[in-house]
Amino acid sequence: MEEGRPIFVQIAESIEASIVDGSLSEEERAPSINELAAFHRINPATAAKGVNQLVDDGVLYKRRGVGMFVADGARARLLARRTQDFAAAYVDPLLTEARRLGLGPQDVADIIAERSATTRKEPS
Amino acid sequence: MSSVIEVQNLTKRYRETTALDDVSFSIEQDAIYGLLGRNGAGKTTAMSILTAQNFATSGQVRVFGQAPFENPAVLSRMCFVRESQKYPDDATGRHALRMARLFFPRWDEDLAQDLVEEFELPVKRRIKKLSRGQLSAVGVIIGLASRAEVTFFDEPYLGLDAVARQLFYDRLLQDYAAHPRTVVLSSHLIDEVAPLLERVLVIDRGRILLDEDTDALRGRASAVVGSSAAVEDFVAGREVIHTERLGRVTSATVLGGLSEQDRQRLREADLDVAPVSLQQLVVRLARRAEDSAPKHQELVP
Repeated sequence: MEEGRPIFVQIAESIEASIVDGSLSEEERAPSINELAAFHRINPATAAKGVNQLVDDGVLYKRRGVGMFVADGARARLLARRTQDFAAAYVDPLLTEARRLGLGPQDVADIIAERSATTRKEPS
Repeated sequence: MSSVIEVQNLTKRYRETTALDDVSFSIEQDAIYGLLGRNGAGKTTAMSILTAQNFATSGQVRVFGQAPFENPAVLSRMCFVRESQKYPDDATGRHALRMARLFFPRWDEDLAQDLVEEFELPVKRRIKKLSRGQLSAVGVIIGLASRAEVTFFDEPYLGLDAVARQLFYDRLLQDYAAHPRTVVLSSHLIDEVAPLLERVLVIDRGRILLDEDTDALRGRASAVVGSSAAVEDFVAGREVIHTERLGRVTSATVLGGLSEQDRQRLREADLDVAPVSLQQLVVRLARRAEDSAPKHQELVP
């Protein structure tokens, strides 16, 4: 766990990340609070707080007596939210640094085009 | 949640010193608390009074709504694992475990046996002959297997190596998850125990410095690092609890969370933000309390 940020937020994010990358699919059972507490070596109340946040967000839902499950459509909703956050989380710091180096938006776009051609073979 | 322990205006004076100075706090049921502070801050005194092993000079203590002193109905529901627990001279680990089994109504013998194996405790050896770590293991095993509704661990890890400490933390979490109860853990290894704690009580020179949810504390302070002028500009009007300088670089620890706007400002001013661990926060707050104490006295002739 990372310092300086509430652990429950990090727990929620780690579950979200598993849903986004597909390792936890929709309608699949999510790790239980005790499993999360034991794995991350944290207080179960903290793990519960993280899970409850995801329930409030509609990412997980509870099946009585069985456990927490990933909600239908959760992945699409998470992707939409992360796309929204993308600009603030990645593009803004990128532009701040670019300005410092005296690079304009077009220079940055050129670098992005060049790097994405060489670093990744993913279809664009 | 309801509270299992209520402490009101508790004061404990020894001849010259005041170990606890008008302290009030409460402890909620089924939560793991950290009781943190420097040596001599009053942690052990507080736990001793709560478990009726010491007297209060004044103030009120209620455990399960009753006064604990000479009250077997209360005492058998509490377990206090002392850092320097004394055992009879010829007692072995097995004797100590047997005594505990008789005393604690919720004792789990299977758990005790598992723990004896895991900690590799030589139960037939006299306790006097045990190493510091093995002595700590006796306390840890009793504390966990007692399943007492309120369990105090006073620096239970002395002499335990990193592997044994991790074993203790893992078994504590595991057993707590299966059998929720109230645990109060006093420790110097703050960052090591921080993830286990739901709430933190910081005690400093007999006073409560901090009584907060651990999660709320994380992110409550940040270290802002960068060129001195920019740092000073940013921290102006904020509560700074610590400042360090190296050449033209300043690191200032500020209290209060950072908003998205603050972060934007920091990025633009080319300042870095470093997280402050719980241990650093506690150390800094204790230092600040120390620094402000003499000044306060000067003001009051």
